[in-house]
Amino acid sequence: MVAVVGNPNAGKTTLFNALTGSRQRVGNYPGVTVERISGVLKFPSGDVECLDVPGLYSLAPLSEDERVAVSAIKGDEAVSRRPDLLVCVVDASNLERNLFFYHQLCEAGLPVVVALTMVDRVASRKWKLDLARLTELLGADVVPVVGHKGKGIAELREAIARNLESPRVPRFEAELPDAVEEKVGKLRERLARSGIDYSRADVRRALLEPDEQFQSYLRDAPEMREAFDEVRPELRSPGEKGPVAGVSSRYEWAGIVERLVLSKPESGPRRSRTDHIDRLLTHRVFGLAAFGLIMLLVFESIYSFARPAMDGIQWLINGLGDLVRPMLAFSPVAQSMIVDGLINGVGAMLVFLPQILILFFFIGMLEGTGYLARAAFLMDRLLGWCGLNGRAFIPLLSSFACAIPGIMSARVMPDPKSRLATILVAPLMSCSARLPVYLLMIGAFVEPKFGAFWAGVCLFGMHLLGLVVAIPIVWFINRRMLRGRRLPFVLELPPYQMPKWRDVWLTMYFRGKVFVTTAGTVIVAMSFLIWGLSYFPRPSDAEVRYRTEYAARTQQAPDSQGADRYSTQQQLANSFLGRFGQSLEPAFAPAGFDWRITTAILSAFPARETVVPSLGIIFSLGSDAKSHRQDLQKALNDATWPDGRKLITPWSSVGLMVFFALCCQCMSTLATIKRETNSVKWPVFVFTYMTVLAYIAAVAIQQVGRLFGG
Amino acid sequence: MPALAKTSFAQLKSGMRVRILAAHPDCPECERLMEMGLTEGVEFAVVKVAPLGDPIEIDLRGYRLCLRKSETSCFEIEIVK
Repeated sequence: MVAVVGNPNAGKTTLFNALTGSRQRVGNYPGVTVERISGVLKFPSGDVECLDVPGLYSLAPLSEDERVAVSAIKGDEAVSRRPDLLVCVVDASNLERNLFFYHQLCEAGLPVVVALTMVDRVASRKWKLDLARLTELLGADVVPVVGHKGKGIAELREAIARNLESPRVPRFEAELPDAVEEKVGKLRERLARSGIDYSRADVRRALLEPDEQFQSYLRDAPEMREAFDEVRPELRSPGEKGPVAGVSSRYEWAGIVERLVLSKPESGPRRSRTDHIDRLLTHRVFGLAAFGLIMLLVFESIYSFARPAMDGIQWLINGLGDLVRPMLAFSPVAQSMIVDGLINGVGAMLVFLPQILILFFFIGMLEGTGYLARAAFLMDRLLGWCGLNGRAFIPLLSSFACAIPGIMSARVMPDPKSRLATILVAPLMSCSARLPVYLLMIGAFVEPKFGAFWAGVCLFGMHLLGLVVAIPIVWFINRRMLRGRRLPFVLELPPYQMPKWRDVWLTMYFRGKVFVTTAGTVIVAMSFLIWGLSYFPRPSDAEVRYRTEYAARTQQAPDSQGADRYSTQQQLANSFLGRFGQSLEPAFAPAGFDWRITTAILSAFPARETVVPSLGIIFSLGSDAKSHRQDLQKALNDATWPDGRKLITPWSSVGLMVFFALCCQCMSTLATIKRETNSVKWPVFVFTYMTVLAYIAAVAIQQVGRLFGG
Repeated sequence: MPALAKTSFAQLKSGMRVRILAAHPDCPECERLMEMGLTEGVEFAVVKVAPLGDPIEIDLRGYRLCLRKSETSCFEIEIVK
């Protein structure tokens, strides 16, 4: 196995895509959220697996994600096989910092080939690079590449093949001050006395950066831990700069190498193209305005421009249903199961694809050009104080259109703690599926009474609500729930460049594929389950019975449209779901909801947009409530409790809207959270806190309303 | 340590050249900043302060890095120019 490693922004993904093409597999490392992306390198002698290790600035990990990446590089058995060869991506335009990482690899004694990227940028800056000298100084094969143009890829493949045969292992050591060296010697002596033969380099590494392997070694060997504990605190004492010394000496080396191999003309332009662009894009007025416009474009694209594609998918799914329905006419159960359960479930999943693809198109563009980092730079102050960071802006904004692409886009955040906090509050943002409920309720209860202005205010307030509620929740999650420190905010602003189209397409392709194959299967299964609950039990004579009942009561024909609706309504009312709704009525009565509203709410847990059709069925108007919105609004207005009180008052209509604003009625979101956090715990947490919050808020509004005579 | 008036990151403005006098990493976070290249003796230029006052963008070892002022407490710095 070959692993591609290197700094973030060094062109690692572009190189990986150029090496492996679309033959990639996306999975997870065992037990963690980090994605394991691997591809295949084809050689005449056979296939070799090629691993894309997440970008790292250092081999001393700070977060769980980094720990996994480091383990994958070093080949920790619990995480990943040991790579036979590392391809270290080194950005030629940023040699010093990239070589710092390379030096660490060489201290760890790993076999390595260097892929030198951004050589086109170096050339365009009129810098001169002495490749032969660099190869000599690095002690490994160095191949210049331009990934998106395919330049140097063949040579790199040759170098990989050659090194797989006979690997070159450059070995460097960080130079340490005498005081530290003395301690290394002391510890080595102590270990030798306990019968453990450690080389000087091993002791040094263990002291400076004790890795997982060494830690577990320490746990098993008390005498060794003793020796270690005795010496290590002294390294940490001020003035001696134990671990820090390694950092300085690596940079010293990297600086010398850069000066030896790169000659930069003194006469170059004072300001680069990037500086000129940044003068505008991070300007305190224009920068924020441009940011606003770009974000508006992104938001509009997933909110409005995705609509035709989503409608198209819905149309196809409906068409498929209509096509299949008559073929299954022989069995009503099979008909409903296939059409209402399976086909609709697949449709409910596919309908998210346009938004996901569009959002990842923009993320690919913004990341590829380098603007994403600028957006984070501009927004960090705004989001930083409550424990998030500037990178949370895009996931949260996108969640106002739909939480699913929003949650998936949280992967632009390298700090796992902030990423998780962002994912956990993203579903609180008011997504577009809540809009029909708001429009229905505002149209029925707010607008007729208070006029169009307050209707608008109310609609805006509903969108603001989730954001306002999210702030204390993020604060609480960060302070109380997530342990571990968060990463320092280190944000690199890479030079602007043209987006690499191939990388953008591949990102869209893999995000879409991952959604359909992982979250998608859960969504289809859940749709199926909810279909079953709302269909069964269904005695074979039920339909005839309800139709006759209706005919007897209303003097209409048993096959009239009214009888149709009545029978559908009764069957839902008597299904498991309807019965559950009725038995839950006492719990929801304090919020002002009767069993009908409760059942509609329950049926909307898989996907909140189904609440309007469900209300249509329950109020005997048929499921095509879109075209009957005014009928439904009238029916809701006329609805009463058995004792004749009005069912929905202005207060309980607001309560219902708030309930929908806060409640987690979207299994696709939960399935996506499960996939993105690789755990069941977090979707369960999100579902619980949101539902409890929604219930409390709805009850509070109703009870306050009663105080005011509502 | 003698009670000198310390320069802090909060005082930095765009265009300044700054030198790191000393680093006292007492936490892994500061070590990461050192690993990004903020080591003793290194000089950097302040390119920009974000419109909302934080973070700041610096030109360090030939690349652009953004830091939060609040996360730089372990560095002693002096303004060179």
